[in-house]
Amino acid sequence: MIIEIGHYALVLALATALILSVVPVIGARRHDRAMMDVATIGSLAMFALVVFSFGVLTYAHVVSDFSVENVWENSHSLVPLIYKYSGVWGNHEGSMMLWLLILTLFSALVAVFGRNLPETLKANVLAVQAWISVAFTLFILLTSNPFLRLDPAPAEGRDLNPVLQDVGLAIHPPLLYLGYVGFSVCFSFAVAALLEGRIDAAWARWVRPWTLAAWTFLTLGIAMGSYWAYYELGWGGWWFWDPVENASFMPWLAGTALLHSALVMEKREALKIWTVLLAILTFSLSLMGTFLVRSGVLTSVHAFASDPSRGVFILCILLIFIGGALSLFAFRAPKLAAGGLFAPISREGALVVNNLILTVACGTVLTGTLYPLLLETLTGDKISVGPPFFNLTFGLLMAPLIVIVPFGPLLAWKRGDLLGALQRLYVVAGIAFAAALIFFYLQHGGPVLSVLGLAAGLFLVFGAVADLWYRAGIGKVAGNVAWRRLSGLSRSAFGTALAHAGLGISVLGIVAVTTFQTEYVIEMKPGETTDAGGYSLHFDGMQPATGPNYTEERGHFTIRRAGVAVADTWSAKRLYTARQMPTTEAGILTFGLSQLYVSLGDATKDGGIVVRIWWKPFILCIWGGALVMAVGGLVSLSDRRLRVGAPRRKAKAAKPVEPAMEPAE
Amino acid sequence: MTRKQKRLAVIAGGMGFIAAAVLLVMFAFSQSVAYFYMPADLAKTPVAPETRIRLGGLVGEGSVVRGAGSTVEFSVTDGSANAVKVKYTGILPDLFREGQGVVTEGMFAPGTNVFTADTVLAKHDETYMPKDVADRLKQQGLWKEGQGQEAKATQ
Repeated sequence: MIIEIGHYALVLALATALILSVVPVIGARRHDRAMMDVATIGSLAMFALVVFSFGVLTYAHVVSDFSVENVWENSHSLVPLIYKYSGVWGNHEGSMMLWLLILTLFSALVAVFGRNLPETLKANVLAVQAWISVAFTLFILLTSNPFLRLDPAPAEGRDLNPVLQDVGLAIHPPLLYLGYVGFSVCFSFAVAALLEGRIDAAWARWVRPWTLAAWTFLTLGIAMGSYWAYYELGWGGWWFWDPVENASFMPWLAGTALLHSALVMEKREALKIWTVLLAILTFSLSLMGTFLVRSGVLTSVHAFASDPSRGVFILCILLIFIGGALSLFAFRAPKLAAGGLFAPISREGALVVNNLILTVACGTVLTGTLYPLLLETLTGDKISVGPPFFNLTFGLLMAPLIVIVPFGPLLAWKRGDLLGALQRLYVVAGIAFAAALIFFYLQHGGPVLSVLGLAAGLFLVFGAVADLWYRAGIGKVAGNVAWRRLSGLSRSAFGTALAHAGLGISVLGIVAVTTFQTEYVIEMKPGETTDAGGYSLHFDGMQPATGPNYTEERGHFTIRRAGVAVADTWSAKRLYTARQMPTTEAGILTFGLSQLYVSLGDATKDGGIVVRIWWKPFILCIWGGALVMAVGGLVSLSDRRLRVGAPRRKAKAAKPVEPAMEPAE
Repeated sequence: MTRKQKRLAVIAGGMGFIAAAVLLVMFAFSQSVAYFYMPADLAKTPVAPETRIRLGGLVGEGSVVRGAGSTVEFSVTDGSANAVKVKYTGILPDLFREGQGVVTEGMFAPGTNVFTADTVLAKHDETYMPKDVADRLKQQGLWKEGQGQEAKATQ
């Protein structure tokens, strides 16, 4: 019964979304406040209904109600409790429910925190959000209904895919969705602004916090996914340029560009049309990612069983939203007034270069991801585009960006002084290069060219420090004055510095791992010892063990450094009994920022086992850097929040000065 | 420079960057794209040695031979009489099994007809099979429902 109520709540949510798609838009046209108010109440109601519906599905999973087909297919009574919760979205239907839940969450957040928005804009934004909700609720109800029953109910479920039985599943999808569904708010703002035919710096100020929040979550989500793949799949890789990874990476690239162009628009009212277009494109890439992952055109860990009708449905959603938004853009964009002028060498100029590089790099990833699909559709030829393609194109195109990043914050708005920035940065570049040389010398081995890569990463980190250093005037003014200036800097200045430094740390980690990592594949028998990355590994032997829903053969390794035991680890091959599916559980040991990764292969005839050992120097920098970036985003966001309210207070104090607040028509 | 010239220079710079990116993409495609073959295709149109390709099919029953260390040899079949012998050094994926679908990537060593793979992809849970392989096996009528694939193998 409760299942049917959950199902019914979802249908009610659809009805609410339908009302919400129409009434506020008419209200905004007629300036009818009552009709516009429907947007706020309706968004909250829809969120409540979807939360309830999602809660029911979660309940079915937690109590293992196998009369629900979705639970039967993706759960098992022996699955540990946490995976019963996270298993809700470990399947196609459930993950679409999570998608919808987060979409409606963002609508509700806009409804609650958007009190400062002009009424018409808010009504339109929430209506556009509702259009997206209608599409996805219909999609769930018509093609991917998680509430379907089985009669008679099976006694036991078919188990959750063992690869997904991990805390990673509890964290990665929600973060990722908070990121790329979060960009829907930017999209809705863009479409609403185009509907109203008006856009100004205030618009950018309202969009920025949402972009920043979505970007922060997406950064964390991608990093978490990468780390999960690294430790769970047992291949020791952290990024595979898999189409599904690209699907989340492209919105990140476009979102990063959006973050920077919205800044130009907010501060200088320039790049308006471009920013609106980017807002549309970023969410379009999110939608396309959803299509790629959920339609079954690709196969990967992420693509659960799927049938063609779903693919066609999502493709339709994709075409309607992207096509519709871009047509609206084509009609309305020429009417938007051009913004402020600026010299090529200026903060704006640097941000334009940032946007150019990010979007072009995003374009190459898009090409590499879609080309095989297109070619197969058109000619039937099957090809694979793998890491060599992406490393070459994306790597080369992004390289100049890394060098340019530290210059941006040092240039003034409108007209910058490149010579001045160069003078400030050449010392930084020199220090970075020297540090890279020392780093390279200490690591011994690897191509000399990698020094450049290391230097680039360090240049970013030191450049971010230098930015704050010069702003505070350290060394030029007295210590206490410098301190006062430093603490007086806006939070967003610290956010920028942190995000840029985080990027540098990630670059450093990527270059260090690709250059200095060592891999050993050897056959070991119990009692044997081997050397890896300056440590010696002693293989103590194998022993069987059982978990709640699997059996495993695990090997124990003792790690010694200079004869002293420093650590030990288990590395296992598991067999999940319900699905008869084997997995590899790598043994991972952390030493500082580096890791030793031990993965087991097949047993050999003479009683040994193939062991694969990697030494991964500074690998934690890759995700650590992403974490620092996300912290930068949060710090900056804490500044933004104060600013969101700012225009209203100003408008109250001096009413006529703030024309942006008046309703548009 | 006048404002107009400056603007032209900026636009030219942007276009130049995009053109460079397009050239780079085309170059990378010509270098690093691997075509997909099954054994029957190779019998029809042999591939020059040291050309990177993907070879897919089923792992031949009883064909897996473990050599010294982590070297493994197995054959990839597709129901035709043209099995291809594959040599791989490394750890095979968890889901690699005889009779199951597999996609390998690598090249033929010069002067031999042994395919040296550097990547092996295999999956076989009830809803998954390398898509390229599944499509072709279906075309050839070799697709078997069941065999660890219960009712809902809709791919």
